[in-house]
Amino acid sequence: MSEKPIQGERRAFLTGNEVVAWAAVASEAEIMFGYPITPQNEIMHYWTRMAPKFNKRFLQTEDEISAGFTTNGGVLAGLKAFTATSGPGNTLMQEPISMAEMMRLPIVTIVQQRGGPSSATVIYSQQEVNLTTHGGNGEGLRIVYSTATHQELFDYTIKAFNTAWKYRFPTFVLGDGYQAKMREPLTIYDPEVRGIEMVPAYKFVGKPGKPGVDRPPTQLRNIFNMEEELFEELGEQFADFEKISPQIAECEQFGCENAEIVVTAHGIVARAAKSAVKDLRERGLKVGYFRPITLRPLPVKELRDTFSRAQKVLVAESANGQFDQLLKYAAYGITTEMVPLFKPGVGINSEDIYDKVMTMLAS
Amino acid sequence: MSKVIKIAMAGEGGQGVQSVAEIIAAAANDEGKECLYIPNFGVEQRGGVSIAFVQISDEAIGAPKFNTGDIVVALSERAVARTLQYVGPQTTFVYDASLNVSAEDLPKNAKRILEIPAVEISKNELSPRVFNIIIMGAVVGATGVISVEGAKLAIEKQLGAKFEKQPKLRELNFSAIDRGIDLVTKAG
Amino acid sequence: MSVQPTMPKSWRVDTKPHKFCPGCGHGLVLKALGQAIDELDIQDRVVFGCDIGCSLLAWDFFNVDTVQTHHGRTNPVMTGIKRANPDLICIGYMGDGGGYAIGSQHLVNAATRNERITAILVNNAQYGMTGGQMAPTTLPGMKTETTPYGRDVDSTGYPCQGPEMVAAITREGAYVARASVARPVPLKNYIKRAIENQMSGNGFSFVECLSTCPTNWRTNNVETINFVEKEMTKYYNVGEIKVPDPKEPLGIKTSIKVPTGGIG
Repeated sequence: MSEKPIQGERRAFLTGNEVVAWAAVASEAEIMFGYPITPQNEIMHYWTRMAPKFNKRFLQTEDEISAGFTTNGGVLAGLKAFTATSGPGNTLMQEPISMAEMMRLPIVTIVQQRGGPSSATVIYSQQEVNLTTHGGNGEGLRIVYSTATHQELFDYTIKAFNTAWKYRFPTFVLGDGYQAKMREPLTIYDPEVRGIEMVPAYKFVGKPGKPGVDRPPTQLRNIFNMEEELFEELGEQFADFEKISPQIAECEQFGCENAEIVVTAHGIVARAAKSAVKDLRERGLKVGYFRPITLRPLPVKELRDTFSRAQKVLVAESANGQFDQLLKYAAYGITTEMVPLFKPGVGINSEDIYDKVMTMLAS
Repeated sequence: MSKVIKIAMAGEGGQGVQSVAEIIAAAANDEGKECLYIPNFGVEQRGGVSIAFVQISDEAIGAPKFNTGDIVVALSERAVARTLQYVGPQTTFVYDASLNVSAEDLPKNAKRILEIPAVEISKNELSPRVFNIIIMGAVVGATGVISVEGAKLAIEKQLGAKFEKQPKLRELNFSAIDRGIDLVTKAG
Repeated sequence: MSVQPTMPKSWRVDTKPHKFCPGCGHGLVLKALGQAIDELDIQDRVVFGCDIGCSLLAWDFFNVDTVQTHHGRTNPVMTGIKRANPDLICIGYMGDGGGYAIGSQHLVNAATRNERITAILVNNAQYGMTGGQMAPTTLPGMKTETTPYGRDVDSTGYPCQGPEMVAAITREGAYVARASVARPVPLKNYIKRAIENQMSGNGFSFVECLSTCPTNWRTNNVETINFVEKEMTKYYNVGEIKVPDPKEPLGIKTSIKVPTGGIG
C-alpha cells in the first residue's frame, strides 16, 4: 500500500486539469484511459506523472471510443476507472457511455468543454451540455455535475466516483477549457479527514469461485431479443433513476425569495452571474441567483419554486440555448418570461450579465 | 463592482507575459489573497499575440476573464491593437517606448497612458533576459496589488534553482523589479 | 436413440441447444474454445467478450464470466479488463466485420501494443446477422446482398488478410494463426495455443477461423464444406503464421528520453 497522496489538507494553487488529476488520485481511482485532445490533455499529463508514485495505471488508447470501452473494461474488472475528453472526443465517447448506461457501469468521465460543432475551437464553450446530459441513442441515464470553481472541480470529482459506484450510473464532471487552463487557489484534501467515506469498488467479472459451480457466471449484455425485454429492463432503470434523482440533484441560490429577476447559469458562467447579482443587490435591486449544480438530474423542485416566483428569468450560457432547453423542459407550465443571454463558444463576464439585468430592469 | 484588480498583459511569444502573470498570481496566492490567472491558449497562441489575464482580490473572483482591465500592458504593436478592447475609463494602459505606434494606435478612452522604456533599460542597464521582470515591476508598482517583498519571494520561488547556480541573476532580477516599480511610480 | 456428442464442461448446459443456425460454424469454434478452456482448466479465470453480429449469440454460451460489447469494441473492453486485472484470461470473440471493418483500429492498436489478450475472429466471408452483406473478407466475385452481381475488386478491394496483417505489426511474443472449422483438431490446438500464449504473458494472440454460413451463402451441406475447403482457402492460408520464438528476446528496451515541456 503506497502512502496517501494527500496528507490531511493544504492550500494549493493549480490549473483545473491538475486539480482533476489530484482529485482522481485522492478518490482512490486506480486506472485512467485516455486519448489526447485539447483542453483536457494535462489531466493525463499529471496523472501519468503521479501514477508510479501511488501505484496507479494509465493506458493511452487509439481513440476516444477505445478510451471509453477500456474504461468500461476497467470497472468491469473492479477498479475505479476514469477517462477525460472534450468536443469531438466527447462525441466519440458517447458510444461507450451508452454501453455503460445499459449495463449500469460506474464509469467516471471528465469533460472539459471546447467550442463546437466539429473541431471549432480548442478553447472554451458550454456547448457540450446536450451531449453530456443526453448523448447516445438512449434517454440520458447519467449524472452530470457542472462545476464552477477549482474547489468544486476537486470536491465533485471525488463525489463523482462515489455517486457512480453508489448508484451505478455513468457520472460526468462537466468542466470547460477555462477551468482546465486557469489557475486559482483551492484546498486539496484527503477525503477521510473531511469525513468523506469513499464507496469501495467491486468486481463485476472475475469474482472468486468457478462460474456454474460455485456461483452463477456474470453474463452482461446490451442487446435483447424482444422489444418487451428491453421495455422491462428500461422500466426498471428509469424507476431507479427517478428514485435517486432527489438524492443527487443539487443547486445553489440566493436572493430569489423576492426577486424580480432571477439570473440563472451553470458552470463557470455561474461565477459571472454570482458576482453580477451580488453587485446588483448591493445597489438595492431585487435580483436573485439560481444555479443548478447537477444538470442531470436537474433540481426540478427548487427550479420550479424559484422560477414561478420570479417575474423574469435571465438565462446566461456560452451556448445557443442548450442549458435553456433543459430549464424550459423542467419549468414546463410556468409562465415566467425567460430571457436569453447566449454567447455560444465565448466567455460571459460579470459585466455582461450586470448590463443585461440593468437593461431588463429599465424596460 | 466588488474590489478586484484586473490585469491584462499581452505580447509576442517569448516576451514572457505568461510567466510574469503566473508569478504575480502565485505571489498573491502566497499572500493569502484570492487570485485567478488564465492564459489565452489554442491556435492563437501559436504565432499570435499571447495574452494573460490576472485578477486579484480579497473576495471570491467571478468570471475568469473581464471586459475592462484596471491595468492593461501591451508589449508589441500587435499587442496594442489586440488589447484595445480591454481598455476603459478606469484603465491604466502601459506600453513599451520602443514600439512603433502613433497616437492614433493608442486607446482614446484610458484613464492614464504610460509609456515605459523597459526594452531600453533591459538592453542598456540590466540584461534583455530580465525584460519581463521590469514589466512585472511596472504592474506591481501601478497596482500595489502585491507587496514588493511578495513579488521578490515569488521570483525567488520560481527561479531559485537558477539563482543558486548564478547568484548574480538574483541581483539582476531584483534590480529589474525595482526599476519597473520606479518607472510607473515616478511617472506620476 | 441417438448418441449426442459430449459437450465441453465449460459450456452452459441450460442455454443449449444454442441459437446459431443449422450448419453455422460458430458452434464448432465455440466447441473448440470450450475444449481448450477445459483442458487448460481455466474456467474460473476466463472473461469471455463477444461482439455484435452473430457472435453476440454466445453471450450466455459458457459457464464463464461474459461481457457482450458493441460492434467492433470487444478488443478495447478486453484490454481494459486485462489491464485492470492481469490475472484474468481475456478472450475476445468477434466476426470479420467487428475485427476488420468497424473495429479495425482497435485490432491494429491492440496488436501493436501487444496486449496480453486473445482475439478469436470468425471469418464467414460476409455479415451474417444483418442478412448477408459484403464484408472485408468477401471473396472476389462472391454474391452478397450489397454485391448482388458479385464482389468487384476494382471498386471494393480484395479480401482482407487479417492474420497476415496482425503478424506483420506485432512484435516477438505474439501468436497468430488461421484455422478452419473444416479441420477441428488444429482449430482447437491453435485456440489453445493462443490462450496459453496469453497465460505466459508473451503478447497478443490472434486466431482467425474460417467458418460457414449456409443461411446467407444459400448452400447445402456439401456446397458449404466445399466453399470453406476449396474456395476460401484460395485466398486464406490455413496454419500458424507467427509463433513466439523463445530464442528471441521478448520486447526491446524502448525507453528513449525525449525532452518534453516541463511540468515537474
